[in-house]
Amino acid sequence: MKRIALTLAGLLLGAAHGAEAANGLRIGLQEDPDFLDPARARSYVSRIVFASLCDKLIDTTPDLKFVPALALSWTWSPDNKVLTLKLRPGVTFQDGEAFDAEAVKYNLDRYRTLPESLRKSEVASIDHVDVVDPLTVALVLKQPDAALVAQLTDRSGMMMAPKATATGNPAAAPVCSGPYKLTERVAQDRIVLDRFPAYWNAGAYHFDRVTFMPIPDTTVRLANLQSGGLDMIERMAATDVKSAEADAKLQVLSVPGLGFMTLEFNVTGDNAKTPVGQDKRVRQAFDLAIDREALNAAVYEGRYTPGSQPFAPASPYHLDQPVPGRDVEKAKALLKAAGVALPVTVKMTLGNDTNTQQLGQVIQAMTAEAGFDLQLQTTEFATLLSQNGAGNFQTTMVGWSGRVDPDGNIHQFVTCKGGLNDMKYCNPAVDALLNEARAVTDPAARKAKYAAAMKIIQDDKPITYLDFEPRIFGAVKTLKGFVPHPDGMIRLQNVTLDR
Amino acid sequence: MLSFIGRRLLLAIPTLVLVSVFTFSLQKLLPGDPVLTLAGEERSPEVLAMLRHKYHLDDPAPVQYLHWIGGVLHGDLGVSLKTDQPVVQMIGQKLPITIELALLAMAIALLLGIPAGVLAATRKGTAVDLGANVLALSGISVPPFWLGVLMILLFAVKLHWLPASGFAPLLEDPVQNLRTMLMPSLVIGAALSASLMRHTRGAMLAVLRADYIRTARAKGLLAPSVVLKHAFRNALVPIVTLTTLLFGELIGGAVLTEQVFTIPGFGKMIVDAVFTRDYAVVQGVVLCVACAFVLLNLLADVLYVVINPRLRVGA
Amino acid sequence: MTDVALPARAVPRRPRNRALAAFLRNRAAVAGAVVVLVFVAVAVLAPLLAPFDPLKTNFLLIRKAPSAAHWLGTDDLGRDILSRLLFGARASLLAGCISVAIALAIGVPVGLLSGYFGGWIDGVLSRVVEALLSCPFLVLAIALGAFLGPSLGNAMIAIGLSAMPIFARLTRGQVLAVKAEDYIAGARAIGLPDRWIVLRYVLPNALAPIVVQATLAIAGAIIAEASLSFLGLGQQPPAPSWGSMLNTAKNFLDQAPWMSISPGAAIFAAVLGFNLLGDGLRDALDPKEG
Repeated sequence: MKRIALTLAGLLLGAAHGAEAANGLRIGLQEDPDFLDPARARSYVSRIVFASLCDKLIDTTPDLKFVPALALSWTWSPDNKVLTLKLRPGVTFQDGEAFDAEAVKYNLDRYRTLPESLRKSEVASIDHVDVVDPLTVALVLKQPDAALVAQLTDRSGMMMAPKATATGNPAAAPVCSGPYKLTERVAQDRIVLDRFPAYWNAGAYHFDRVTFMPIPDTTVRLANLQSGGLDMIERMAATDVKSAEADAKLQVLSVPGLGFMTLEFNVTGDNAKTPVGQDKRVRQAFDLAIDREALNAAVYEGRYTPGSQPFAPASPYHLDQPVPGRDVEKAKALLKAAGVALPVTVKMTLGNDTNTQQLGQVIQAMTAEAGFDLQLQTTEFATLLSQNGAGNFQTTMVGWSGRVDPDGNIHQFVTCKGGLNDMKYCNPAVDALLNEARAVTDPAARKAKYAAAMKIIQDDKPITYLDFEPRIFGAVKTLKGFVPHPDGMIRLQNVTLDR
Repeated sequence: MLSFIGRRLLLAIPTLVLVSVFTFSLQKLLPGDPVLTLAGEERSPEVLAMLRHKYHLDDPAPVQYLHWIGGVLHGDLGVSLKTDQPVVQMIGQKLPITIELALLAMAIALLLGIPAGVLAATRKGTAVDLGANVLALSGISVPPFWLGVLMILLFAVKLHWLPASGFAPLLEDPVQNLRTMLMPSLVIGAALSASLMRHTRGAMLAVLRADYIRTARAKGLLAPSVVLKHAFRNALVPIVTLTTLLFGELIGGAVLTEQVFTIPGFGKMIVDAVFTRDYAVVQGVVLCVACAFVLLNLLADVLYVVINPRLRVGA
Repeated sequence: MTDVALPARAVPRRPRNRALAAFLRNRAAVAGAVVVLVFVAVAVLAPLLAPFDPLKTNFLLIRKAPSAAHWLGTDDLGRDILSRLLFGARASLLAGCISVAIALAIGVPVGLLSGYFGGWIDGVLSRVVEALLSCPFLVLAIALGAFLGPSLGNAMIAIGLSAMPIFARLTRGQVLAVKAEDYIAGARAIGLPDRWIVLRYVLPNALAPIVVQATLAIAGAIIAEASLSFLGLGQQPPAPSWGSMLNTAKNFLDQAPWMSISPGAAIFAAVLGFNLLGDGLRDALDPKEG
């Protein structure tokens, strides 16, 4: 009995667990990533792992400028239909295979043609890829595509070793050219990456091992950071920032992100046969009843960025327009003009996480004052997806993780045939403007197109934007050199940890 | 007895078929399309159709079921839609963890619950009885996720005694394994010990009140220890029922506790699978859990007879 | 003594007033009954008792500690916790009692039939119970929510169905034990009908663990309702239930502990009340007593 007691005491008070490599970094993720094959990956969280595992052709800076990665330069032909990439010499994949123009062609062709590829629409404008010389590759397009360069900064630009990918199992054992290679993965438990010694920029990476641990509960994730079980966490809850900042051993790193929250109104079909689906004045009134500042203060302790557009503050395409304030009187007047019976009943489906529910309840309280009876219907995710996809909703709350290029934040949501246009909004004028914006490469001219499209959308109001989500990271104080990026990815270049 | 066990094991086959048909049909009736969660942002009709075809989701439901059961007969439980990992392999990874957690939690529950129940019953109506009841009931009055977070904040963050999570396999690192398993086992054990304590107490009281015991005690014919022994023996029937059932439920996964402590067991696996509509994984786990229940219920029936040889279990 | 005489302890019936008297003598049981009655009264009278509208948000009063105006503090949306607690009693007590009633209504008869008759009846019923036991609660709950629409009522059905097998197994085990007693053999020998034997002799003598389990299951059901409302399958926001209050409170355990304490204490008090009441009922109804 005494021996058992001693053993137990030893377990309880035993020295800190030493299984972690001396020079490792442990990162807490919100979810378990899905496939670690860029062609098939669909989750935001898998992109965080890719940032250490797979190099991209082009990268972005925190102010969303493009910088060389595996491609040293990219130039458009005069007609904007050929994009020529000059590649970095002396790069090898993690299995020793050389990285060259053939490898780029292999990967882009794979993304375009692999049956399971989820990248098809991102690279749909590519007609074919020409290998000009071992270090030069030309992407020949069907039509100009201003968003293509940005696509190459994400999963569509991630390069995998052709031989290993063709013969192996890339979803379970991906071979890329990034600074870290996959050592071990235990589903729902951890993903272990080890240093790739022959990395072309190995000197800039200071950890021998990076371990990603999915810990879905935000409170528990923070507790692990506080108790020394993790060195860094992503997506800290806005309401936890205060207690993390109060902890002398921790630091909070935050930047306004690309992701945003929207309310979508169903405007076609059976579920749109309601005042809110039929009359844009009712939707405008609903929007006017929302106080974005107060909402931000109530739910996020003021750490989000109120907004009324899909283009993040960090983006050069961010439209210079004030965030509309609340105007209950005007909302009431609009409802009166629309001639609807009060209160206007609106059903809203929303996800079942605590934050979304809080958001819904705040909006419920705000819109009630303008004459709406907002009924909330919380739904688990898979059901929500199918219901929304099938148009089985009146109003729904949908978040988007955000893309660097403006096209990825608007085109598929509001164009008549857009893949994510669940509200089935269709306005040919908007389609025309957004399609034209794809074809223009001059940023100023593009921005004008987006501004014009947004003006129509804000009047039609099939969708209303609420706020931009910040990317909040927590880390131990001894972590140095990490720069939070609006895309929320964790880039470990020049990051160090003093032990 | 042996022929009884043999017959019962044969009867397990219809049970397993029933379970698998039942779960399969229920899943098919769930709203939510697995392909939509699989396709993510790439929702073009061609991609959806391709994914449906790849995972045989475009077949009629009975064909899908036959396809699945055909695989089962060859020891193939299919692959996870989410990760393409074979379900057999996933179960192989999680089963030892699940069993370990179940055993630890059950051990804690039995060690706390039964003595507390016996003590409360023999001191019925006293402060000891009330105290044991209050303590036990507080164990089930708070949800595991809440108690879990509280324990993490206390033992990991404030006191630094135990890691908040960071599960390590038993064979690789037994010390770390036990350190991470301690809190979750306690959370589950606390809740289960409440049930066991209440049932032990109730059953003991029922027996202690029986006339023959009372008479024997009053006449001083039986030593208190004999009374206890006899009473406890008779009180064992509901305890056996309950223990085997609770153990089976733990094999099905201590969902919330695993979630809070980030333990990669069945509970987390099945919840994730249900939410992503990963049919093959749900089917595989359910089959596994059903096997556990069949064995445990059989064990309970055998134990009934061992406890009380007069008892007859038909089957 | 003739060989078919029933022992005194198997005599099942006592006059009702004696059962009531026995119950009233049991102070713990009376205390339990009082607690339960108070909660029921609170649930019924919530609109009269609550100092504030439980749904009224106030964004200037978010997560404020208990004060003279808000005795139990305010929650994450500035709502009065005391008012939400009073109204939450409705959903939580309903969820607790009705789902356990469903479980009892199905589980006990199944267990009685299964244990008493044995043979193929036991075989079939036990297989069905095993199948239900193995089916994940979540799958059942989401499926029911999908067919019947998400609501508190359907959450209760799902919780009741998934709590049912444990009652069936417990009853069956007890029946097997009671069946082995001499007085049942005696009752059979003198040709009493099965229905009579089951209801008059078997059930009363098998009741103890069922009552214990029922009072325990109320706690489980209150907490299960929390998990389901979290998934959007139970009480829909903003309507309160104790479980969903705890659910939200978990995220603010560090910053706003008062959000957890009152719903936690309410669940505990209710569960304690039901358990004490259950003990008293069992003692009072026990054929062996007195």
